[in-house]
Amino acid sequence: MNIVVTVKQVPDTWAEKKLDPSTKVTDRKSVDNVMNEMDEYGVEEALKIKEAHGGEVTIVTMGPEKAIETVRKALSMGADKAVHLTDTGLGGSDALQTSAALAKVISTLSPDIVITSAEASDARGGVMGALLAERLGLPQLTQARKVTVDPGARTVQIERLADNGYALVEASLPAVIGVVEKINQPRYPSFKGIMAAKKKPLTTLSAADAGLSADEIGLAAAASRVLDAQPSPPRQSGTIVTDEGDGGNKIAEFLAAQKLI
Amino acid sequence: MAEILVLVEHADGEPKKVTAELLTLARSLGEASAVFVGAPGTYAKAKDYLGQYGAGTVYVAESQDAADYVATPAVDVLAKLVTEKSPAALLAAATPDSREIAARVAARTGSGLIWDATAVSADLTATQGIFGGATIVSSSVTKGTPVLVVRPNSTAPEAAPGTPAETVVEVTPADAAKAAKIVDRVVEAKSGRPDLTEAQVVVSGGRGLGAAEHFALVEKLADTLGAAVGASRAATDAGWYPHQNQVGQTGKTVSPQLYIAVGISGAIQHRAGMQTSKTIVAINKDPEAPIFEFADYGLVGDLFNVVPQLTEAVEARKTS
Repeated sequence: MNIVVTVKQVPDTWAEKKLDPSTKVTDRKSVDNVMNEMDEYGVEEALKIKEAHGGEVTIVTMGPEKAIETVRKALSMGADKAVHLTDTGLGGSDALQTSAALAKVISTLSPDIVITSAEASDARGGVMGALLAERLGLPQLTQARKVTVDPGARTVQIERLADNGYALVEASLPAVIGVVEKINQPRYPSFKGIMAAKKKPLTTLSAADAGLSADEIGLAAAASRVLDAQPSPPRQSGTIVTDEGDGGNKIAEFLAAQKLI
Repeated sequence: MAEILVLVEHADGEPKKVTAELLTLARSLGEASAVFVGAPGTYAKAKDYLGQYGAGTVYVAESQDAADYVATPAVDVLAKLVTEKSPAALLAAATPDSREIAARVAARTGSGLIWDATAVSADLTATQGIFGGATIVSSSVTKGTPVLVVRPNSTAPEAAPGTPAETVVEVTPADAAKAAKIVDRVVEAKSGRPDLTEAQVVVSGGRGLGAAEHFALVEKLADTLGAAVGASRAATDAGWYPHQNQVGQTGKTVSPQLYIAVGISGAIQHRAGMQTSKTIVAINKDPEAPIFEFADYGLVGDLFNVVPQLTEAVEARKTS
């Protein structure tokens, strides 16, 4: 199995995130950046498929130079090689542009399986799996909480999360799989893995290397534009009461006064 | 007036409340046209509802493939309508399925996409809360047909009864190499409770519950209030409650009239999924818990005493 996993470097989940006031895109400079937590599930799932059926795992990312840290982490978990698409011209790309750029890189790798995670913690679009399936013309197996690959039949089956259970969904390979949190338990990179990662092949591509033309990438060519961004009015803390045995009744009184019950 | 397409959100033909919200929003922007994509015979169940909420036209796309394949049949239908009818905008609900469909339609038609809008003004400028609601952004689409993915509970539904014109749209048969087939649907938990993202009231439990079986307290309070049940990440990580019910940064985002947090500290991870709730009530034994910094009503106390008493008090008010 030739497996491609997309990863994204994002501001640390626990950090207060902000927009850059001049460009109105996510400020990635003033915060710690980490691998999008959910992407770890994608890398783990790829490694599990490789361990069960053989093959190779390639990490693909798009982002500024320092996104290389995220690539290294994926390699130290056990991925075999990586492609880093990086170009100042790509800055400010929206999800539609990013999916087009990633698809261009991914299609040159002729994967059997493309794995992406359900959501990045910064933009929270939750659409990259669907967009990659659209761009690559491959089956969309997103919202997967379980993945079963049949290499002989060249098919893959997933359990797709639904509100009250799941749907069993099947497709032929190649296919795009989007994994949700808790599909597996991502491994920690071992010391050996961290050392080995430094020697693994890493290809760095500019936008031009990837065959992207300057007039389709970056903020200026995005299909939507941020007009204004303001911090939300801070939520005031309200009444805080310590329970003296009648706390439940007090809440009920508050709810009744607010006409909520 | 400009035509606004609305993708109908439904379960086997039964429309979800967000459909009425989207039709109401669409009527404030132009002429509302509903797009129904579903299995043969299911439209009959949606027909009256769509008329009730003011759809002037319904594009009806029924086929077995529409029910049996993930996303692509609806994408085909919507992309065709966007291209042929050149509507002013396409509205879809911010549910997992519809946001994926909307994104693909935007990609296929070369249109801009805005997700998680909480308001859309007459000039199609969309308002979004990003970073868990910490920043409010207004954006507009600059290319193609604006594809706007709107959060449930963003618009109050208003009826505008009428009889829509119906147009049948053919569904292209699925291409097996490019499509994912649904071979079975498995219901694991039929709670009878409202959908988490659509509910007017949500009661969530967290680490403070201490064990899976204590979620019964949360469920009982929720049922008394007609609420949906949510859970913090700590609770779902511990396996106390299903992942589908997780509220927060890596779970669902909810915006109900009333949110009751039981035994939840309110770290950014959770806050990001619920801080746009209208009224927040928190019950926690730790007076230093961050949730008290933004709750409208906070009760410092033992949830095992407070929650049953609250349930009883709500019950008593209902019957009195």
